[in-house]
Amino acid sequence: MQLYLPIADIPVNVFLILAMGAAVGFVSGMFGIGGGFLMTPLLIFVGIAPAVAVASVASHIAASSFSGAISYWRRRAIDPLLAAVLLVGGTLGTTFGVWTFTFLRSLGQLDLMIALSYVILLTTVGGLMFWEGLRAMLRSRGGGAVTLRKPGSHGWIHGLPLKLRFKRSKIYLSVIPVVVIGLIIGFIGAVMGIGGGFILVPLMIYVLRVPTSTVIGTSMVLTLVTMVFATMLHAVTNHLVDAVLALILMIGGVTGAQFGARAGQKIRGEHLRLLLGLLVLAVGIRFAVELVIRPQDLFSIRETGGAPP
Amino acid sequence: MRLRALLAIAGLAAASLAAAPARAERLIVSVSNHRVTVTPNYSGGELVLFGSVEKDDKTPPSRANYDLVVTVSGPRADMVTRRKERKFGIWINTDSRQFLQVPGYLALFSNRPFDQIASPEVQRRQQLGLNNVLLMQRVGPDFADVVPNDPFRSAFVRLRSEHGLYREATSAVTFLTPTLFRTGIPLPAEVPIGTYNVEIKLFSEGALVTKTETAFEIVKVGFEQFVATTARQNGLVYGLVTAFMALMTGWMASIVFRKD
Repeated sequence: MQLYLPIADIPVNVFLILAMGAAVGFVSGMFGIGGGFLMTPLLIFVGIAPAVAVASVASHIAASSFSGAISYWRRRAIDPLLAAVLLVGGTLGTTFGVWTFTFLRSLGQLDLMIALSYVILLTTVGGLMFWEGLRAMLRSRGGGAVTLRKPGSHGWIHGLPLKLRFKRSKIYLSVIPVVVIGLIIGFIGAVMGIGGGFILVPLMIYVLRVPTSTVIGTSMVLTLVTMVFATMLHAVTNHLVDAVLALILMIGGVTGAQFGARAGQKIRGEHLRLLLGLLVLAVGIRFAVELVIRPQDLFSIRETGGAPP
Repeated sequence: MRLRALLAIAGLAAASLAAAPARAERLIVSVSNHRVTVTPNYSGGELVLFGSVEKDDKTPPSRANYDLVVTVSGPRADMVTRRKERKFGIWINTDSRQFLQVPGYLALFSNRPFDQIASPEVQRRQQLGLNNVLLMQRVGPDFADVVPNDPFRSAFVRLRSEHGLYREATSAVTFLTPTLFRTGIPLPAEVPIGTYNVEIKLFSEGALVTKTETAFEIVKVGFEQFVATTARQNGLVYGLVTAFMALMTGWMASIVFRKD
């Protein structure tokens, strides 16, 4: 069934978009990530202009992370205090990131910068997660106990001042690293046009030592707020949010996210991290291949100005 | 518009002074639909242009064979063509060329190949064929069009053609009788919204006899138009509604799927 999108100005197959939304929603519900790094390239592949894709995906991620956040809230898998502290840093980072984005665009080569940071970030994060997941799996198979929080092995991060007790996560931690992580995520999200959940989750696990049970729900809250903010920003500044496209994506996305969240609760933590690591790594490698392999067409056209004044 | 009309009249007057008998024919044309509306199930379409050549008593009786070239050009925009090159082992955009106010849709139709209709000189002057249409570019400090086999120009035309947005068909115009003709104007799904100019040129024995113009527009209506104008004019409200819609969808899904 074909449907004409009012902002993207092209007709699309509704079922194809629904299926894409559902698939990405499933992944996002399962791992507690926004899925922007999967959805945006898919939409561009279907023929939607990159700017419209990025802007519309933001609202799609908002919807699926909200439905995910509700189900995690019911399972008491969200740490509200941790989410609030992260948001403080996130807001600052987003503002700073938008400013950097504008600056990079004025220099030209923004596309290359985005592609390069995708490659570096995704392959590094994906590779580390995959390696860690693999080691944890081997250890558990060998009979050893799988412990993420090694008691007594407190790094320098745990020696920082301004400590707060995050009750739901059962950790006692300085707010400084939490705000810094929020700042990094907000910055990366604004520059690369992604929610940043796939970086936030491992950072929370490995750096902050937040237990896996509250990591996903809490990261979803951060994704939700930043993406609602991003939707508003895109709608006000660029007028590029396609509400029809967003609605189709949302319907597919929230459905997928529900099943994903359930599947995620059934899979063991280290398996989940291994899978997410593989997924992130695969997308990173795909971007790397695109940069290295000779493109099918060396030329590309982009519209730069509208109708005559 | 009025200026162009005046110029046309002036040109016509000058031409009639120079060669009065050459302006003996008149073209009467019409398109099947002057207003193409984009609805939710729009996925491209085709218009039909038809017309006839009206002769009068000044027409040389020997003149029987006419050639016709139809040029359809859509709303104009600035575009950039970029070329990738291998640097430090990766493919990045290096060179670029700016195309200024070029048509978003461009179609040239005729009843036989352009080189049989007119000499290369006339083809160039009358902009017959994609190779001869003026595509203004910023070349260094100048504004000019370049030779047709310039890599950027040919890549630009090729990429637009791949999307069906630029096209050339030298057998698309059919003469039903020696003076009655028709041609189809195919519109792909991704045609830009706006006003389209149609220029019809009549040739005989390698020379331009007369020409005329018509136009049609492609517009969004109803819901599509409402969404597009709201997004443009009330960005804040639009953003708030979209964000609210996102939250509602998420909340409804969690209610629908609440089983446990």
